[in-house]
Amino acid sequence: MTASPASQSPPAAGVSSGSPIVAGEAILQARRITKQFGGLVAVREVDFDVPAGAIVSLIGPNGAGKTTFFNVIAGLTDPTGGVIDFLGERMVARPVRAWAEPIFWFVLPLPVALLAAIAFGVGAATVGEVVGLVAIGLLVSSLLVAVVRPPGYVHLLRRVGIFRSARPHEIIALGIGRTFQNIRLFQNMTALENVIVGMHTRTRAGLLDAALRLPRHMAEEKESREKARGWLRYVGLRGRDDELARNLPYGDQRRLEIARALASQPKLLLLDEPTAGMNPSETTQMTGLFEQIRSELGITVLLIEHDMRVVMGVSDRVTVLDHGEKIAEGAPDVVRADPRVIEAYLGKGAA
Amino acid sequence: MTTTRIGLRQRLGPAREFLRGHQSLSITFGMAIAAVVLPLIVLIPPFNGFGTQKDFVGGFADAGVFVLLAIGLNVVVGLAGLLDLGYAAFFAIGAYTMAYGASGYSGLDTPFWIMIVVGAFVAAVFGLLLGAPTLRLRGDYLAIVTLGFGEIVPLVFLNADTYTNGTNGITGIAQPSLYGLAGINGFGFTNPWPYYITVLLIITIATMLVYRLQDSRLGRAWVALREDELAAASMGINTVSTKLLAFAIGASTAGLAGVFYSAKLASITPQQFEFQVSFTALAMVVLGGMGNTWGVILGAFIVYEIQSQGLHQLDAFAKSLHAPPISLGPITLDLSTINFINYQYLLFGLALVLMMLLRPEGLFPSRRRREELHEAAADVEATAEVISQA
Repeated sequence: MTASPASQSPPAAGVSSGSPIVAGEAILQARRITKQFGGLVAVREVDFDVPAGAIVSLIGPNGAGKTTFFNVIAGLTDPTGGVIDFLGERMVARPVRAWAEPIFWFVLPLPVALLAAIAFGVGAATVGEVVGLVAIGLLVSSLLVAVVRPPGYVHLLRRVGIFRSARPHEIIALGIGRTFQNIRLFQNMTALENVIVGMHTRTRAGLLDAALRLPRHMAEEKESREKARGWLRYVGLRGRDDELARNLPYGDQRRLEIARALASQPKLLLLDEPTAGMNPSETTQMTGLFEQIRSELGITVLLIEHDMRVVMGVSDRVTVLDHGEKIAEGAPDVVRADPRVIEAYLGKGAA
Repeated sequence: MTTTRIGLRQRLGPAREFLRGHQSLSITFGMAIAAVVLPLIVLIPPFNGFGTQKDFVGGFADAGVFVLLAIGLNVVVGLAGLLDLGYAAFFAIGAYTMAYGASGYSGLDTPFWIMIVVGAFVAAVFGLLLGAPTLRLRGDYLAIVTLGFGEIVPLVFLNADTYTNGTNGITGIAQPSLYGLAGINGFGFTNPWPYYITVLLIITIATMLVYRLQDSRLGRAWVALREDELAAASMGINTVSTKLLAFAIGASTAGLAGVFYSAKLASITPQQFEFQVSFTALAMVVLGGMGNTWGVILGAFIVYEIQSQGLHQLDAFAKSLHAPPISLGPITLDLSTINFINYQYLLFGLALVLMMLLRPEGLFPSRRRREELHEAAADVEATAEVISQA
């Protein structure tokens, strides 16, 4: 095992502080998130807040809907209903293209406006008057649609496909980094390259920059390399820069995944069962790293975890899902004592 | 075994460092050496009987076209991991663009040097048009769609005879001209040297660009996509536009090759762009070593030379033996009557099967591919290195 990460200092170029995040304020707000697969409701009207600067855990027995909920946040599945805001930015049900929604404002009331115009125009009206009526009707009703947003409006746009969740590559650009439950590194790239790929959203060099070796490309390459080395050291991988990811030991692969996620300079880090398959001492080191990421880098952490020791030890706040519904939320001690939680995990007799 | 390897690596260390630091320079240097050495092959005994130096140089210029195709296909298949079975379509589009831009058929006479850019651009546009709806597909599905596209394009050129002159193709395509510059007035059938130099220059530039892209943000994005699409997307890589870019770059290289090809042949027909071309280019990439540009260049050159020269010579050689026919029951094997060229795709298939069994990473693999395909061997080697260091 490499040296304990506690002795490392964060890389010089750490997290950019874009919009100031006030500790304790919700960085991520999910409201009435529902996800249905046919008749099965995997997640039902879950409200979920992640306070800035906290380590929040999402737990629940198998089949509770944790993974579905996580996938909704990570942009892998569109929820059936509900919204998620991240730092004031809508992540779910947002327009695919900026111009798509305004077009809809006109299309939606068009039949009504037409009918009204024809109804009013019956009689002595000339063609010009009918056209004028249609235009005025359309203008008024589209403004009404845009401002009032009648019931079912968002739902309809979702169904049509004009509104949808932010896609994974957009989500990381917003500032949410993630790791995977079953490690998904780029196996045949070196550790350093893996981390550099993590910086994709924070770098800009394009085709021409690279083809002509323009200063932007050169400067970015150099900077990326240095920063990536810093991140590798930060998570406790020293001297393994040029090792292929596949050749790293299991624990180091987990660390590398975290380094790769950190390289995208996230404000919120989603960790999907990060200590799965680790022995107790590795787990302790790992939870130490989470603490460090939170306290030194100021990154909010959202954990999905099975291991109760990890959850109870490191979390500021725990949310429990069961059968797709939120059954408890609060400080670890409170949740641990909650009879509904005990019942969910151990059965009715235990509660 | 292990110690000699390390020793060799250490000895080559500084040279490797230099080459890595001055990539474009070393590519230019390597190509210049190849340019001088290749025509000299006619002096070596078995080859001097095969033809004049001009024949050889002309053949090398043709080989250069396929080298270009392989370089472009390598970006799509080797780097981005998108299996494209209809690559010849873009080759055809480039060739017909040249045919329209400068031939008696269209009545236009745009200089070759402009058509190179135009052809690459037109092919890239078609690459985008094909890619935009299909790149959401993965693996086999993408292969099938590209296969279809590769079939459609020559068929369109064949059947839209009002515009393409159908089966007869387009003839009288203008030769490149240097306008008397450097004492050369034009490229001709009798003088293959200008073609040879031109294609080498184009290959040099293409290789340089591919190497530069490979080590850039974009190149890493391609490899990441090939490795794990979901993880790549979660790291902020826009999968659709990144794949499209690979597709367009591959297509434009094929378009460029097409322009050169039709200028050199001066006449083209749809039959020249059928599936065999796509298949041959893919075989070149696979045999050469996917993902490694140098390997792919060598692979393409070797495959082309075997196809165009080697089999002919094998024929002649077999005839010259005057071996008596061997009777094997109902089959009579007469070496002097076997036409090896008819069996070229059989031989190709055999070579590919053997390759997949013995050396799936190709003749000159990239480091990544080797690791990927020889997991077990790599483990053994790593262990041996650890032991030798201890």
